[in-house]
Amino acid sequence: MSKLTGAQILMEMLKEEGVDTIFGYPGGAVIDIYDELQKTDINHYLVRHEQGAVHAADGYARASGGIGVCLVTSGPGATNTVTGIASAYMDSIPMVIFTGQVPTKLIGNDAFQEVDIVGITRPCTKHNYLVSDVKDLARTVKEAFHIAKSGRPGPVLVDLPKDVVNATTNFSPPGKVSLRSYNPTYEPNIKQLKKVVSLIRTAKKPVIFSGGGVVLSKAHEELTAFARKGQIPVTSTLMGLGAFPGTDPLWLGMLGMHGTYRANMAVTDCDLLISVGVRFDDRVTGKTDEFASQAKVVQIDIDPTSIQKNIQVSVPVVGDCKISLRQLNELLEGLDGPDLAEDRQEWLAQIDEWKRTTPLAYKQEKDIIKPQYVIERLYELTNGEAVITTEVGQNQMWAAQYYHFSEPGRFITSGGLGVMGFGLPAAIGAQVGAPEHLVVDVAGDGSIQMNIQEMATAIQYNLPVKVVILNNCFLGMVRQWQELFYEKRYASTRFQHTPDFVKLAEAYGAKGLRAKTPDEVEKVLSEGLAHPGAVIMDFVVEQEECVYPMVPAGAPIKNMLLV
Amino acid sequence: MTERRHLLSILVDNEPGVLSRIVGLFSGRGYNIESLCVAETMDPAISRITMTTRGNPMIIEQIKKQLNKLINVLKVFDLTGQEYVQREMVLIKVTAVQQHRAEILRITDIFRGQVVDVGQEHFTIKITGDDEKISALLNLLRPFGIREIARTGSIALFREKK
Repeated sequence: MSKLTGAQILMEMLKEEGVDTIFGYPGGAVIDIYDELQKTDINHYLVRHEQGAVHAADGYARASGGIGVCLVTSGPGATNTVTGIASAYMDSIPMVIFTGQVPTKLIGNDAFQEVDIVGITRPCTKHNYLVSDVKDLARTVKEAFHIAKSGRPGPVLVDLPKDVVNATTNFSPPGKVSLRSYNPTYEPNIKQLKKVVSLIRTAKKPVIFSGGGVVLSKAHEELTAFARKGQIPVTSTLMGLGAFPGTDPLWLGMLGMHGTYRANMAVTDCDLLISVGVRFDDRVTGKTDEFASQAKVVQIDIDPTSIQKNIQVSVPVVGDCKISLRQLNELLEGLDGPDLAEDRQEWLAQIDEWKRTTPLAYKQEKDIIKPQYVIERLYELTNGEAVITTEVGQNQMWAAQYYHFSEPGRFITSGGLGVMGFGLPAAIGAQVGAPEHLVVDVAGDGSIQMNIQEMATAIQYNLPVKVVILNNCFLGMVRQWQELFYEKRYASTRFQHTPDFVKLAEAYGAKGLRAKTPDEVEKVLSEGLAHPGAVIMDFVVEQEECVYPMVPAGAPIKNMLLV
Repeated sequence: MTERRHLLSILVDNEPGVLSRIVGLFSGRGYNIESLCVAETMDPAISRITMTTRGNPMIIEQIKKQLNKLINVLKVFDLTGQEYVQREMVLIKVTAVQQHRAEILRITDIFRGQVVDVGQEHFTIKITGDDEKISALLNLLRPFGIREIARTGSIALFREKK
């Protein structure tokens, strides 16, 4: 046993947890931690704003399948992380955030750069800690990582007062974590699974509804096998995109407010809805009374609070998505009886009919770039293999609709909280987490300006992220609502001044490109994607384009506004 | 779905901030706390929170699940619909003028209450009981003029099998 300072213990514990990447921003309260950090092999990425650090850690966790780690100072450093933490919490992203704190003696004194970050983040973390004794530090860090990664993942914040960081104690690595009040249920109840199988046998019009939980539990292979075995079409939430191949004949497209016609119709009409790793967000269900109202609903989720929260469920299954789907596949394997493929013919034909009559569509024009066209070309030019991050709004929905994802971890978006300014720092994190991949942030001219400062981070670390701006001089999604529901009263949604993004890119040391007409789109994309460094591509698009289909908020999802 | 009052008994880690997590959960999700009582159990590392709340079955199910999801919550018991004993203590300061004093004392006696403070024109009465008993006494004392009351909130335990 050796005597170590709190900062040294933190480094030991980070090593033990296998942390090799941290996104952060130093300050007075964490200066001692940074002093130790620079002596280690851990790669620290200095962002330009603490919000960027958290989104980067989020993107890193999703692209690498690991855990994101942030380090920031007390007070404003800590409060700047709140949006990122709240986003990670809603999207269940595993993350540990270390915040500096004023010395314990000063806590509660309104000291310089003091804020009660544990109090502030209580409702938006999975759990959080204030470490008040250096003797508790090692165990707390161990618990924080355990809680963040296990069960339904989420962000855990650890607040570190400066005197605790500097105090010394005998260090020995803590053993395995066992918390008597925290034991997530991974193994599903087999009786419930057998009920699911018998429902699959008798269902005429089944649909699988997959969500972020499938991505998080890395259950994509099991999901695909399950759908093919049962010959069941698959729809997904925004967070679930990529868990089922977007090119598969059983793929319905996304569900909900901007879901495809066939997905919304199939769910409205189905007699069995097998939901896996979803939480029935209002953007998916629309009016809950008419959501899958003919169907028996199965819900598989590791978090019991997700089950029966918004929708009445016939067969609840508490368990890990991967384990549950694997066991369902085993049960289906042993099934002898009706030929499922034959049984489903009529249902699948109906779905094809919906797809044929009402596909995703937009009106192409000769002189003006349609934003959907940019995403279509991006999809083709990248063979569907890029990691796509998004900002929030129309850009996010078009990316979700027109880029077809075939692998999990390829679509990284702030799904639950809907954070504008997420995409660029998330792209930076994703590029660090998946260095061999092409990473593209699909942005709007509004969102990109919310964390544009992170371009400097991308340049400093030679991270070749590509930013595609769908520039319509509007806050497009709000403008769309104003057009459709507020008689085109465009209150405060038009940007009367926007920076020259090409010059801005150059000012940061990146490459800047612009396309103004449809025939320039391919050239700009090809040149931009091929460039070895960071690029901003500014696409001047149709100003008043709407995302369709659209279900008005609170309406039944079959009531879609179409092109 | 009909709303109903539920009595929850919650075992939690006896640590700073735990009550705030629970109260924050209720305010953040729009659940209602009607009464709340917290103190250490036999094990000083664990506290018991006794809480009355109200909601339809779906809300109550969510409340229990959300409580269980908190890392510091060890166990949640829903006493409603079970066999349990419940008590609450109330201090009632009631106006007691000369011509009413005997009557008030008689009523207090019937309810096995105690006068814990006396003045020229008031009594402060202490009473322990369940909801029904307390409401009954308050109804009887109201005509005399209740000046103030302080209630502890319910505490409760399951009845053991006899």
